[in-house]
Amino acid sequence: MTAQQVAEAPSPLAGRDVRPARAKRVGGRLPSFWLFVGPFLVGMLFFVFVPLGWGFLLSFFKAVGTVTPKDFVGFQNYAAVLNDSAFTSSLVTFSLFALFIVPLTFFLSLGLAILVNQLSVARAFFRSVFFLPTACSYVVASLVWKLSLFNGVRFGLANTILGAFGHAPIAWLSTVSPPWYWVPLVTVRLWLQLGFYMILFIAGLLNIPDDLYEASYVDGARPGWQTFRFITFPQLRPMSIAVLLLLLIGAYQAFDEFYNLIGNADFARPPLVYLYYTALGASQDYGKGSAGAFILALIIVIVTLLQAKVFGFGKSAADR
Amino acid sequence: MASTMGMRRPLGYQHGPGAVVGSVIRWVVLVVCAALFLVPFYLIVRGALSTELGISSPAWHFFPSSLQWSNFSVLFHDPSVPMAHSLVVSLEIGVLQTVGQLLLAAMAGYGLARIPIKHSNIVFYLILGSLMIPGAVTFVPSFVLVSSLGWVSTLQGLIVPGLFNSFSAFIFRQHFLSFPRELEDAGRVDGLRYWGIFWRIVIPNSLSFVAAIGVIDFIASWNSFLWPLVIGQGASSWTVQVAMSNFLTAQDINIPELSMAAAIAIVPIVAVFVFLQRYLVQGVAQSGIKG
Repeated sequence: MTAQQVAEAPSPLAGRDVRPARAKRVGGRLPSFWLFVGPFLVGMLFFVFVPLGWGFLLSFFKAVGTVTPKDFVGFQNYAAVLNDSAFTSSLVTFSLFALFIVPLTFFLSLGLAILVNQLSVARAFFRSVFFLPTACSYVVASLVWKLSLFNGVRFGLANTILGAFGHAPIAWLSTVSPPWYWVPLVTVRLWLQLGFYMILFIAGLLNIPDDLYEASYVDGARPGWQTFRFITFPQLRPMSIAVLLLLLIGAYQAFDEFYNLIGNADFARPPLVYLYYTALGASQDYGKGSAGAFILALIIVIVTLLQAKVFGFGKSAADR
Repeated sequence: MASTMGMRRPLGYQHGPGAVVGSVIRWVVLVVCAALFLVPFYLIVRGALSTELGISSPAWHFFPSSLQWSNFSVLFHDPSVPMAHSLVVSLEIGVLQTVGQLLLAAMAGYGLARIPIKHSNIVFYLILGSLMIPGAVTFVPSFVLVSSLGWVSTLQGLIVPGLFNSFSAFIFRQHFLSFPRELEDAGRVDGLRYWGIFWRIVIPNSLSFVAAIGVIDFIASWNSFLWPLVIGQGASSWTVQVAMSNFLTAQDINIPELSMAAAIAIVPIVAVFVFLQRYLVQGVAQSGIKG
């Protein structure tokens, strides 16, 4: 049966004409729609939107050790969070962290993507090796980083290498000045993330039409930096923006490695660790925790919108 | 417009000494980077098969002279680390969450892509909106809800909240939008309704996509930490990640034992990876490009 025959054959169940009467029939569109979409929708409403509403409500009450709103306190929780030096320093921690990790991940993964893409043999091997760390969790990676790689004592790998150069061992995770703890914190996320973003960039590179390159060579462009600057990088704009956004949001929600490498130490406590200890730590202050969650959510939405404004959403720029 | 994962030779590929030097540099850089990337795996294996003394000795042993396979049984007999039980919990959650997520997201995606209802956009915009909510920040309100349901430290508390993954639903919708309608129409002519078309035509023809999403989901579930930490407050509901984390932050750290735990924790994922990475990479690339 060709496609044309199918299109011409009378089909009582064709879902294309919009006649409300049909929808009421069993097997019709409306019941089918709810059959397919209903379970997901109900679940999403209940487990995503209801908690948001409840949390929002709770943030205006004093709720310590309990999740029932009883003591209305207005904006007190919000004020407490904003005045909490631990909170403001967590924002500083996040900003520093993002400053390190976002450009590093972006350029290194782009570089790897370009290098791997240019290979004519063993592409799959290198692709796999760089992507393999994604199989590890942040907990496993933190374990290796804390105990074997950046262990503060002499037998950690980093300190062993330092020792080979005659340098004294560094207590990586507890030295505040100079702030060596950033080295393990940033490298652990780099190791875990580079492969993923490299894959995204490779996909972006493969989407660049050959004709663009051909035309540019006809016009005398040299392969290498010139081609990259005027063809490859601009064509990667939508993917770059998506990558930047993902990196930023990911850095913002960093928790696993900080919790496992640093714990509750105040010199490197990102917003989520702060939230965790506020709501679920000793104080069990769910009201304050909820308030903090909404403040952070607002900040991230603002940052996302700002980034969209500054860089654009990427689509229109690429359509030239 | 090419979009396959098969890579092409770059255009303007020249010959001559300049290109050779460039090629050699490229290879050296890639090999060095690859070696660096593999170092942590080497450290895990080395640690898992060492003795405590071997690990902490000042002279660097590249590999333990006698392989301590006994660390394996030491780990499983250690009363302070519920390794076996936590592996079971992780597996249960992984499988149930993956299957559940795939089911719900695929059905929702299909409904949104193929069943034209007057106000179905509202549902779609709800899903889009929920995507804009920064994921991890919701853990406090979610915990509030889940604890009032009495689901703390339970399997359902670990699994259910994560089942309604808006991103998966969105991806499935995008995928089904470009599914060949002729196949579905052929089914319709044969008398199948939406349900039949979905299960007998659309899904069987989307298996590699479903597999890709499934693998990504399973890995994400196995490796997830924050939510299982928040919910798993009794040792019997610890996932393997939470168990390792507790072990890591305990008083006396036994590095070989912990390394063995890490090795065990990554074996299933690395295996899934190695055998299915083609699907994984396709899935990631597709989710990155589309939309």
